[in-house]
Amino acid sequence: MAINVKVLERPVDEVSYVRATLKGMARTFKHLFEQKVTTQYPEQKESISRRWRGTHRMLTTETGKAKCVACGLCPTVCPSNCIKLVPGEDEQGNRYPLVFEIDEFRCIFCGYCQEVCPEEAIHVGRHYENSEYSREGFVYDLERLTAQTHPVCEMWDPADPKGE
Amino acid sequence: MIPSPVLAAVHTLPEPPLPFWTFFISTVIKMVIVFTVYMVGVALLTLAERKISAWIQGRLGPNRVGGKLGLLQPAADGVKNIMKEETLPSHVNKPLFMLAPILAFVPAMLAWAVIPFGAPWDSRWGRISMVVADLPVGFLFTLAIASLGVYGIVLAGWSSNNKYALLGGLRSSAQMVSYEIAMGMSLIPVLLLAGNVTLNQIVDQQANMHIWNVLTLTISFFIFMVAAFAETNRLPFDLPEAESELIAGYHTEYSAMKFSMFPISEYANMATSSALMATLFFGGWDIPFTTQDNTSGVAWYLTLLSIVIFGLKTLFFLFVFIWIRWTLPRFRYDQLMSLGWKTMLPLALAYIVVIAATLLGLDYLGLERGFLYGLAMMAVNAVLVVIVFFILDRGRIISPAYGRATPQQISRLRAVTTARSHLSPQSGD
Repeated sequence: MAINVKVLERPVDEVSYVRATLKGMARTFKHLFEQKVTTQYPEQKESISRRWRGTHRMLTTETGKAKCVACGLCPTVCPSNCIKLVPGEDEQGNRYPLVFEIDEFRCIFCGYCQEVCPEEAIHVGRHYENSEYSREGFVYDLERLTAQTHPVCEMWDPADPKGE
Repeated sequence: MIPSPVLAAVHTLPEPPLPFWTFFISTVIKMVIVFTVYMVGVALLTLAERKISAWIQGRLGPNRVGGKLGLLQPAADGVKNIMKEETLPSHVNKPLFMLAPILAFVPAMLAWAVIPFGAPWDSRWGRISMVVADLPVGFLFTLAIASLGVYGIVLAGWSSNNKYALLGGLRSSAQMVSYEIAMGMSLIPVLLLAGNVTLNQIVDQQANMHIWNVLTLTISFFIFMVAAFAETNRLPFDLPEAESELIAGYHTEYSAMKFSMFPISEYANMATSSALMATLFFGGWDIPFTTQDNTSGVAWYLTLLSIVIFGLKTLFFLFVFIWIRWTLPRFRYDQLMSLGWKTMLPLALAYIVVIAATLLGLDYLGLERGFLYGLAMMAVNAVLVVIVFFILDRGRIISPAYGRATPQQISRLRAVTTARSHLSPQSGD
C-alpha cells in the first residue's frame, strides 16, 4: 500500500500464518473433548450465595401478621425510592402499614431496607426467578410480600466476614 | 495409458449398454436415494455445525429435541421456518427476490448428479455405475455448476435494494470470480495425471496408482481446498455475509423459508465441495489398502463398502469445514483479494508448469502410469511442498497492508515526530 510504515523484523515463528493456524486448529480440536461448562438452567441451578439479595420477603409474627411497625425507615433509606408505605394506627396505638408496596422493577437490591429495619421485618431473599405478564405484576403488596417463602438473605456479620 | 490389464480391458472395450428399463429403474432408484440421503445429510449438517461449534466452545449444543444429541433439531428448525411469517419488503425487486433463493439452492443440488459415490456394481442386470448421471465430462460439469451458485447470491444482494445486501452480493461475486480461477487452475494437474475428465476415471486412476492424488498433487489439493472455502462462503472467507460488518450480507432482507434456503444451499455446497475433494484428491470411493475394488465392477458388498468409505471421506472434509470455521478469524478484504490473485493463481499456474514438465519427463523415460510413476510424482511433490511451505512460513504471503520503509524514510518519519512533539510539549500526545 501507499503508506510506508516501519516494519519490525520479527522471528519467523511469530509472524508465520501457517504455524499460527495449525496451533489454533490443534487448540480447538483439543477443546472438542474437554469438559463442558454448560449449566442446563431449568434443571440445574448454580448455587447462590447465602448473602444473595433477591426478591423481597416480609417476615410475620406467630399470629401471621406482618412484623412491620410502619416506622418509615425503609422508604427513607431506599436509594431508588421503590417502597411505598402508608402508616396506620390501631385502637391500642400500635402502628402498622396500611399500604406497603415494593416495586421490584425500581428496586436495585441494595439490601438497605433489611439493614435499616428495626423489627427485622422486611428482608431481601435468596430468590431470583420472577416473571409476570405485566409490569403491574412486579409491584408486590404486603400480602404478597408476607406470602413469600424463600430463605432470606443473611446479613454481613463483622465477626464472620467471609460468612462461614 | 492405464497399465492394469483388467482395467485396460474394461476401459478399451465399450461397456455394454444397459437395457432401457434397467437403466431407467436403476437411475430412478439412485436419484431418490441420493436426493434423500443428501437432503437429510444437509439437514443433519446444520446440527453437526451447532454441535461441533458448541463442543469447541465448551458448551453442550442443542440437546432439547430428539435426545441428548438433539437429533430432531433440524426438523424443529424446519417446522419453525415454515411456520414463520414470510415478510416481503416493499422495496425489493420481487421477481428476482423470489428467484434468488432458488438459484442459490438448485446448483448446489445439481452437482451431486455426477459425483461417483461407489464402485460400479456387477449386478445380475448388468453393471450399474454408482453415479446418478455418468457424464463423460462430469468434472467440467461440476465446475460449471459450482460457479452458477454465485448468481443466487448476487441476485439476492441486488434485488434486496439494501446497501448491506448489495455489498454482500458484490463481495461474493468478486470473491467467487477470483477464486474460481485458482480453483480451475489447481485442478488441471489432476486432469493431466488422469488424462481424462470423467470423475469415475479420475478415481480409477488413483485406485490403480495405489497413491491418492493428495500425495502426488498436494499443492493442488491445498489450493483447491482454500478455493472451496471461498466458493462456499465459509469462514475464513465469509465476507459476503460478514455479520459484524454487513448485518447478514446478501440475505439481510430474507425471512422464514426463503432465508433458510441460503444456509441450506451453503451446507449443500459444502457437501458438494467435500465430495469433490474426496473424489479428486482422496481416491473417491477407493477403499484404501485393498485392490479388489479397483477392477471397476464388483460384488454388492464391496460396492456398499466403497459407498461407506466415500461417505466417511466426505464427512471428514465436512468436519474440517466446520472445524476451520470455528477456529480461524475472517480475512480482511484486501487480504482475500491478494491471496486469491497474487498467491494462489500464480502458484497454481507455476504448479501446472512443473507438474506438466514432470509428467512429460516421466513419460519420456518410458515409465508406465502405475505405482512407480506415483512414487516418482510423490518425490517431486515432496520437494515442491517443502519449498512452498517454507516460503509460506516466512509470513510474507498474507501480509498486512504495508510497504517496507527504507532507512531514509524511517529517519524522516522520526524527524517529523520529534518536531511535532516539540510543537506541543504540554498536550502529551
